[in-house]
Amino acid sequence: MNRLVPEGALSMLSDLIERNAGQVLTPDRYWRVETMLAPIMRAHALSSVDDLVAALSAGGNRLLERQTIDAMLNHETSFFRDQAAFALLTGPALSSLRESRAADRRIRIWSAACSTGQEAYSVAMSILENRRQWDGWDIEIIGSDVSTSVVEQAREGRYSQLVIQRGMPITLMLRYFAKDGEDWVAKPELRDMVRFRQHNLLDPVENRNEFDLVLCRNVIMYLLPEHRPRVFRNLARSIRPEGLLMLGAAETIMGQTDLFRSSKDYRGLYRFDADQQHLSAA
Amino acid sequence: MKTCLVVDDSKVIRKVARHILESLEFQVCEAVDGQDGVEQCETVNPDVILLDWNMPVMGGMDFLRAVRAKGQTAKVIFCTTENGLPQIEAAIAAGADEFIMKPFDRDMLQSKLELVGAA
Repeated sequence: MNRLVPEGALSMLSDLIERNAGQVLTPDRYWRVETMLAPIMRAHALSSVDDLVAALSAGGNRLLERQTIDAMLNHETSFFRDQAAFALLTGPALSSLRESRAADRRIRIWSAACSTGQEAYSVAMSILENRRQWDGWDIEIIGSDVSTSVVEQAREGRYSQLVIQRGMPITLMLRYFAKDGEDWVAKPELRDMVRFRQHNLLDPVENRNEFDLVLCRNVIMYLLPEHRPRVFRNLARSIRPEGLLMLGAAETIMGQTDLFRSSKDYRGLYRFDADQQHLSAA
Repeated sequence: MKTCLVVDDSKVIRKVARHILESLEFQVCEAVDGQDGVEQCETVNPDVILLDWNMPVMGGMDFLRAVRAKGQTAKVIFCTTENGLPQIEAAIAAGADEFIMKPFDRDMLQSKLELVGAA
């Protein structure tokens, strides 16, 4: 039991992020609640989590609600997170898309739940590093996250020295980022390849069959089981029939959805199952 | 268990690096400058070397050239405040594998060790 935050407040906060993001505030994160919310309480002149919960319960303060949700979500990420997955992505996954999209030479990639943008920028750098191979291709990378504040950070492409060095080879850092004070900022060449937008995975996607590759890594595991089929349905709607889905190393489709099937050739990649297309329309 | 040789004249940096590396299950050896590092490479066979740039007696670049000339194949991660492209390119040409900029933490060092295949 948390000694700092009353149980009633935890329950209300847990309910808030479940309703808005489908995520669960697990007991192992209870101890961090007050730390996570401290900047918001300061900004709104609230002296305790109880006061914050009371202000939220009064309703009508969308900004406070939005900031509270953003602060409690897990934004953990890093550049080139999980090197084995990136090898799979930049090797077989992109090769497969090069073949299937050879006719119109156009690829759209979605970094779903991109947090502060490291995954989307990592994909962009991987492509830029092989730019000759992609000469004449129209490649667009979209990053999205439920949290408006992290989307803003992703858009800015600004990272502290501590953050940027997590997973980033030094040569790529120097090639694609410029030092600005204590931070490193994505150079225009990199930033121009990526666009960011706010999107909740629980909500229907804007356009059907929009993406050739969807990265939805280390997100599903934070969702409550009852929300997962809905998210998979939304992902299925977003992917082109021949497109690919990549989940996190600790995540699987097994027992969660019939809309995708494991790639025969590559563990960790999933293909939309066209035979189940009617289910994504439900 | 893999071995890391930490070559740095700063006692604090060596202590921090040892603490992190031991938590990552590395065996750690320490050298106080480049010359000491060259001598230790004669007896220790490190898998990875965490190397400072500026040191008295023998600096990081001279150490690197000396041990590579002797056939040392350990992965070398420069640990430095130098972050100019020319220095980094020169170091890579001399046989460095990766850079980590001070100050660093456990996650950063672990990710750099993974990048060079030493973790």
